[in-house]
Amino acid sequence: MKWGNTMEQEYLTFLLNGEEFGVDILCVQEIRVLSKVTELPNKPDYLKGVINLRGVIIPIVDLRQRFGKEPMEYNDKTVTIILKSQDSRNPSIVGIIVDAVSDVYKFSVSDIRPSPSLGNQIDNCFLKGLATVESKLIILLDTNNLLNQNELFTVDNEVEEAELLVD
Amino acid sequence: MSVDLSQFIPTFLAESFEGLEIMESGLLNLEAGDSEMINAIFRAAHSIKGGAGTFGFGHVTEFTHLVETLLDEMRDGRREINPQEKEVLLASVDCIRLMIEAIQNENEYDDTSIVMVSVQLSELLANGNEPAQTDKGLSSSSEPLDLTPSNTTKWNILFIPEHHLVQTGNDPLLLFSALEDFGELTATAVLDNLPSITEMDVEELCMHWQLTLISDNATEDDIREVFEWVEDECELTISEEELEQPMQEESGSTETGEHENGSVDATPSSEQQLSNDDEQLTQTDSTADTNKADSQASNVTALSPSTDDNNSPKAPKTPAKSKAKTDQGSIRVGVDKVDSLINLVGELVITQSMLSELGNDFDLSKVEKLTAGLEQLLQNTKELQESVMRIRMLPISFAFNRFPRLIHDLSMKTGKDIELIINGENTELDKTVMEQIGDPLVHLVRNAVDHGIEPVEKRLAAGKSEKGTIWLDAYHQGGSIVIEIRDDGGGINRDAVFNKAVEKGLVEPNATLTDNQVFELIFEPGFSTAKQLSDISGRGVGMDVVKRNIQSLGGRIQVESTKGQGSTFKVHLPLTLAILDGQLVRVGEEVFVVPLITIVESLQAKPELINKVSGDMMLYRLREDNVPVIPIFQLFNLPAESQSVDNSLLVVVEADGQKVGLMVDDLLAQQQVVIKSLKDNYQDVAGISGATILGDGSVAMIVDVPGIIQMALEIAQQKQKQRNNVYQLEGALN
Repeated sequence: MKWGNTMEQEYLTFLLNGEEFGVDILCVQEIRVLSKVTELPNKPDYLKGVINLRGVIIPIVDLRQRFGKEPMEYNDKTVTIILKSQDSRNPSIVGIIVDAVSDVYKFSVSDIRPSPSLGNQIDNCFLKGLATVESKLIILLDTNNLLNQNELFTVDNEVEEAELLVD
Repeated sequence: MSVDLSQFIPTFLAESFEGLEIMESGLLNLEAGDSEMINAIFRAAHSIKGGAGTFGFGHVTEFTHLVETLLDEMRDGRREINPQEKEVLLASVDCIRLMIEAIQNENEYDDTSIVMVSVQLSELLANGNEPAQTDKGLSSSSEPLDLTPSNTTKWNILFIPEHHLVQTGNDPLLLFSALEDFGELTATAVLDNLPSITEMDVEELCMHWQLTLISDNATEDDIREVFEWVEDECELTISEEELEQPMQEESGSTETGEHENGSVDATPSSEQQLSNDDEQLTQTDSTADTNKADSQASNVTALSPSTDDNNSPKAPKTPAKSKAKTDQGSIRVGVDKVDSLINLVGELVITQSMLSELGNDFDLSKVEKLTAGLEQLLQNTKELQESVMRIRMLPISFAFNRFPRLIHDLSMKTGKDIELIINGENTELDKTVMEQIGDPLVHLVRNAVDHGIEPVEKRLAAGKSEKGTIWLDAYHQGGSIVIEIRDDGGGINRDAVFNKAVEKGLVEPNATLTDNQVFELIFEPGFSTAKQLSDISGRGVGMDVVKRNIQSLGGRIQVESTKGQGSTFKVHLPLTLAILDGQLVRVGEEVFVVPLITIVESLQAKPELINKVSGDMMLYRLREDNVPVIPIFQLFNLPAESQSVDNSLLVVVEADGQKVGLMVDDLLAQQQVVIKSLKDNYQDVAGISGATILGDGSVAMIVDVPGIIQMALEIAQQKQKQRNNVYQLEGALN
C-alpha cells in the first residue's frame, strides 16, 4: 500500500495489557461483545474457537495470548474487534479479543516511525510502526499480516522453542 | 463508440458451447430430408461464426464458415446427406469445440486435427456444386498476398447505416476491417446529415460512409456477407469498376465516387463534396462524437485486421485480453425458478410486515395470530430454502448429452452396432455433483461398450439381436439419485474375475465368495480382465478410480450381473453436496455433527464387552466384530463428562470398510445441516470436514469420519513407538 506523505489514515486503537495498539480503521468491520465460541479440536491456546457471524464462520483469536502475554478472564464486557481484509482476492475475516477499545486517531505517514525490534514477544511481521499521541505511545499493527492466515495461525517456532528451553 | 467487447466473451463462449451441443445432437439424429434439423444445425453454426467474427476469433470464423457452406448446400438440397459427410461434420464440431475451449482457457491447442478436418471439408465442398466457394474459404488469408493484377476490381460501396445501428451492438469499424481482408480499403465518412451540436445524440450514428475496396478476388456476395448482420439496418449499394492497374489505389483514396443503383460516375463534384466534409468537420470538431467518428473512418486502413488474420487455425494467442480464466462457474437458471424465488420473497416480506404490525402493540389476545404468523414464516422459509437449492439443480441431461455421440463414435470404432436408450434425463442433480460425475459415467459407458456388449457374431450365436443396447437411467430413490448403466451384453465372467483376483493376490484361491463379492473385486486397483488392451478401456486403471470419485462425492456404486444377459452398474449419489443429513452428538459442551450416512448404529457401551489391548487401544466387542473405540474428547483435546468408556454412548461409524466406535456424551437430534467451510477464514482442521450453524445460531463442527480414523491410527502408532523407545531405554538402563 502506498500513501502519500500528506495522506492521513485513521486508526482504531485498543488496549491490551496496558499497552495501546492501533489497527487501520478501514479493516474494522465491527466491534462486538464476545459471544459464545465453539471450540475447535487441537487448536493453539490463543485461538478461542469460531463464532457464527450472520452465517459466516469466523475464528476468534485472543490477541493477548497470541502476543505471548498473560491471558485475562473474560466477562460480559470483553469485546472482539472483527477485522476484515480489504484485499478482495483474499477475503479473510478474523475476530480479535482485546481488553478494551480506546479511541480513533488520525496519523499521516510521517507520524509513523518504524518500530524497533520488540524482542520476540510479538512477531515482528505484525508491527507496522509506532505513533505518539500526547506522549502516549501507540503500536500500530499491520492488518495485512494480521489477516493473513499463514502469519496469524503460525507462531514463530523460535519463540516456542525458546519457551520450551526455559521450561 | 468502441465498446469493450471482452466482457461479452464469456457469454459468447457459453452460447457457442450450447450451439455446438445443438449441432452435435442434431447431426446424430439427422436423416435425409429433415430440413428442420438441418436448419437448426445451420443456425447454430451461423451464430458461432457470427459471434466469433465479432470478437475477432478469425480462426473460428474461418473454420465455421466451411462448415456453414457445407450445411448451406445441404439445406438448399444441393447436396445429399450421407454418412461420410455427417462424420466430417461431427469431426468439425469437435474442432470448433477445441478452438473455443482454447479461447476459454487462453491456451494453445493442437491444430493438426483441425487442419485435417478443414482439408476434408474443403474436399467435400470441392466435389460439390460450388468449387469456387471452397477455394475462397480455405485460402482467404493468403489472398491479399498473391496479388494477381489480371482481374483486380474496384468496388465502390455506399454504406448508409440507420441512426440506431450502434445501439444494436454493431460497430461499423469491425465491418470495415473485415472488408479490408479482401484488399485495399479506403473509407471516407460523409457527414452531410450531421445535426447541429445541440441536437446531437451520442448514441446515434448520423454519418454514412463511402468505401472503396480494391480487391482481386472479392465477389459482390463476399462483400454482402460482411454486411450480413446489418443488412436490415442500412442502405447498401455496391458497384463494380474494373481496374487496369492496381496502382490506382492512390487515386481511389482521394476520389470518392457517387453512385447509386450500380452506376458509377466519379464526378468532379466529389472533390467539392470532400471539401464540404472538411468544412463541416472543422465546424463540429469540438464534439467528441464527431471526432471519434472521424478518426474511426480514417483509421480503418491503419487498423490491423483482427479477423481472418490467421487463416489456419494455428492462431497462437487468442486476442481475449480480459481477466484470466473465464470459467467462473456460472449457472443458467430457468426464468421459472427465478420467478418462484421472487414470489416467495414477496410472501416473506408480507409475513414479515404482518408480524411487525402484530408486534407494535401486542397483548395476549393476539397470541393466536402470532402463532399463525410464525407458522407462515416457517413455511415461507422452508419454501425459500427449497427454491434456492433448486437453482443449483440441473437436469441430468447435461451429463447425459455427451453419450449419444460417445456411443456413435465407439460403435464406429469397435464395429459393434449399439443403441443407446436414455431415460429420466430430466432428473435434477446438483451442479457440482454433475460436473464431477461426468468422467466416471463416461468410463462406465465405455466399459459397457467394450467389455459388456459382445461382438456381433457372438451375439448372434447367443441368440440375441445383432444390435446391442445400453440403457442410461436416472431416477430418485429416497434422498438420493440413482444412475443406472445397463447393457444386454455378456455379463461379468465370474470365474475370470475370480481367477484374476487370485492371480493378483487379492483373494485366497480357496476362498468362497458370493457373486456380489466377486463383482466388487473389479473395483480393486489395477484390476482388468480385458484380454486385449484397447484404446477404449482396459488399461486396468479406471474402475477403482471410478469408485473413488463416486465415493468422494458421498455416493456409492453397486454392480449386478447375470452371465449371458448383461450387467447393471448402479451409481447412488447424494442430491446435493451443500446439505448433509447429520446426527448431532454432544461431547462435553461442544456439539458435533456426524454424517448420518456413515453411522452404522449407536449403542450404550457395556463394560463387560470392552477389551483393552496393547495399552491404550480399546476394542469393543460388537457381535462378531471387534471395533476400536475412539474417545473424541481425547482426540480433540476437549473436556468431557464421560471420561471412561464404561456405560458411555458409542456411535459406530464406518468409512473405507473400517468400523470404529466414537465415544460421545449424548445423542441429540438428527437434522439436515448446511455445510460451511472452515477454510474460508481459518484453515483445515484435522478430523473436521467443515462446520455448520445450528438452530440456536451456534457453530457445530462436522466430523470427518475417515479423517478421524486416520488420526486415531497415527496416534496409536506414535504411542507404540514411544513405548518401544521406553522399553529400549529401560533395557539399556538395566
